[in-house]
Amino acid sequence: MTTTKETVQSTATSSLKKQLEFVDKKDGKLALAYIYVAFIAVFLGGTAGLLQVLVRSGKFELPSFLNYYQVLTVHGVLLGLVLTTFFIMGFQTAAVSRTSGTFTNKQRTIGWVGFWLATIGLVAAAAMVLTNQASVLYTFYAPLKAHWVFYLGLALVVVGSWITGLAQAMRFVQWRKEHKGQSTPLLSFMAVVNNLLWFIATLGVAIEVLFQLIPWSMGLVERVDVLLSRTLFWYFGHALVYFWLLPAYMVWYVVIPKVIGGKIFSESLAKLAFMLFLILSVPVGLHHQFTEPGIDPLWKFIQTVLTFFVVVPSLMTAFSMFATFEMRGRELGAKGVFGWFKKLPWSDSRFLLPFIGMVAFIPGGAGGIVNASYQMNELVHNTIWVTGHFHLTVATAVALTFFGTAFWLIPHLNGRKLTKRANSMANCAGILWAIGMTIMSSAMHIAGLLGAPRRSAYSEYGGSEQAAEWISYQITQAIGGSILFIAILVITGLIIYLGFFAPKGEEEFPVAEVAPGAEKVPAALENFKLWGIIMIAVIIFAYTIPIIDIIQNSPLGSIGYKLW
Amino acid sequence: MEIHKYEKWWMIFGTGTLIVFLIILGVSAFHGGTHPNNSKWTINYENVDQIEPFNNPGLHKVEGKDWDYEVVLVAQAFAYNPTEIEIPVGSKVRFIATTKDVIHGLEVAGTNINMMLEPGYVSEKITTLDKAGTYTIVCNEYCGTGHALMYSTLKVVDNNDNN
Repeated sequence: MTTTKETVQSTATSSLKKQLEFVDKKDGKLALAYIYVAFIAVFLGGTAGLLQVLVRSGKFELPSFLNYYQVLTVHGVLLGLVLTTFFIMGFQTAAVSRTSGTFTNKQRTIGWVGFWLATIGLVAAAAMVLTNQASVLYTFYAPLKAHWVFYLGLALVVVGSWITGLAQAMRFVQWRKEHKGQSTPLLSFMAVVNNLLWFIATLGVAIEVLFQLIPWSMGLVERVDVLLSRTLFWYFGHALVYFWLLPAYMVWYVVIPKVIGGKIFSESLAKLAFMLFLILSVPVGLHHQFTEPGIDPLWKFIQTVLTFFVVVPSLMTAFSMFATFEMRGRELGAKGVFGWFKKLPWSDSRFLLPFIGMVAFIPGGAGGIVNASYQMNELVHNTIWVTGHFHLTVATAVALTFFGTAFWLIPHLNGRKLTKRANSMANCAGILWAIGMTIMSSAMHIAGLLGAPRRSAYSEYGGSEQAAEWISYQITQAIGGSILFIAILVITGLIIYLGFFAPKGEEEFPVAEVAPGAEKVPAALENFKLWGIIMIAVIIFAYTIPIIDIIQNSPLGSIGYKLW
Repeated sequence: MEIHKYEKWWMIFGTGTLIVFLIILGVSAFHGGTHPNNSKWTINYENVDQIEPFNNPGLHKVEGKDWDYEVVLVAQAFAYNPTEIEIPVGSKVRFIATTKDVIHGLEVAGTNINMMLEPGYVSEKITTLDKAGTYTIVCNEYCGTGHALMYSTLKVVDNNDNN
């Protein structure tokens, strides 16, 4: 029999537990605001993607008020920059609140300031793109010159994310002060590493935009150093992909083990992997510039080597994932070498969507190694092979993980349930995505090897036989792209349902625990100063000489052009 | 920090593979000379038409050099000069190219001749054209509305066939 006192106690414990396991409503609002903007971007950016594959099939023409490259700019900016940055800021805000505790009012206010700055910047940039004053793609391509408001708007998106990231870091620092000597919560630790990586990486593009592109597009200076602007962009541009990838890894390392009922394989190795990403993600940008003049071959090759080493933490991650799956499968009584595979929760969208993402990352990562292979890059540079590559990495591994996360995170934050039917619809979307992307990405890879260029509207190149061959693959891409668009419609419908119509209830924010008896994380892995200094040192090593070289040998700068 | 035995094997195998790849790339590039475009030749992009060799774009037979022909290409929005090049199969060729305005690409589709053309810089590639055929030279870097209409044609011809 339970006495009243015991009941009171157990209610108190469970409400305390509830506080720990649920993201505070006010923090949740901030996270949701970011996530909703991200999914508006998914819908609009996905629509732009559909228009592109249809145009490239040669069977469809855009209405005269739309320019192909304007649509391409919309697709790149919304999916490469807005979906990713906004979803990541929302997810990380929720993750820090869930694992380090509720934000203070001050921290939350800082978080909101970041959100509004980013959103205002987004609206300003969007206005320029929609009025066709900024069809320069999200990689800028100076000396093509957009309206200065476009550059300023995107700079505000970045600054906004710095500010919200700062709020997350402040909450984490507060936790460390309150729990001296303890291992930090893994999910919060990872979010802070990602924010630090993002801050250091975006300094490159911030310098490009603030000191080169804005003064030049406003007419304050006449000319721009093109190669320097590109080098600053790619200093940021490849670290950007790790900023996208790390939140997916957070879900893989921390959420998925809990969803399948297992434990975290090794907290130390997870933290080590993230610190390796921190030091190796930035000093690799020259691998986007292999075929460009004016950069010394030795430094291109040094950054090739560094690029290869950033593969190492991904190899560690792959091992951890499959170890977790196998251990859990065996715990459930699986026999034989691959028996554990059948024990995984295949009908649970929280698992299935990120899992499809993991599978896509295997060919995606391998293709990335080809791209980064110095002289081998000549065969694929700026062909549609590259587009096929990053549609496996960011547009499948990362995007499907984000979608599979949003479907439980949104109801967790707004007090609703991911119902059985919604879960089945989510699985449908994941499978459609896998089918559509396999078709589209394979066709892109093959056409790329045959020489088909990326970022190009439909063209028969004067009846060239080679182009005729590419066009047959472009029709295949249109089929794959159309299937992906159907998946986007399902996803958009699900987000609206989960945001506003799903039944009220409680949805879990799964956070796995470390396996019992695991050793304590070495203190060196928690030392941000140490890893921060190594990070800066590697960047200075990899970039100082090439940048001095570019500045010293720079030809006459370029005036701006508006050729669209 | 404890690392599982299998994980050690996996990491040694993985990292070892990466190192082997790097050695192959490094030896092929620095010993075999298979570098991508690394030219450091700069010019005034506003006077390209007056500057040698761009004042005379096209195919030039050369003597006393390591290569047999030089192809001088000038890119501008949205065309290449020349629009067609014909070279005998088996020739060793140096491609020399630059742009008069924005960034363009120069890709001989289906080959590893693939370079960025940036204002103020000359891009170069030396290669042997050992397979006869008609190759489309495409601009593979976004340069404006007419980007996809920008191309030239490279014909690598077998003279014996023509005779």
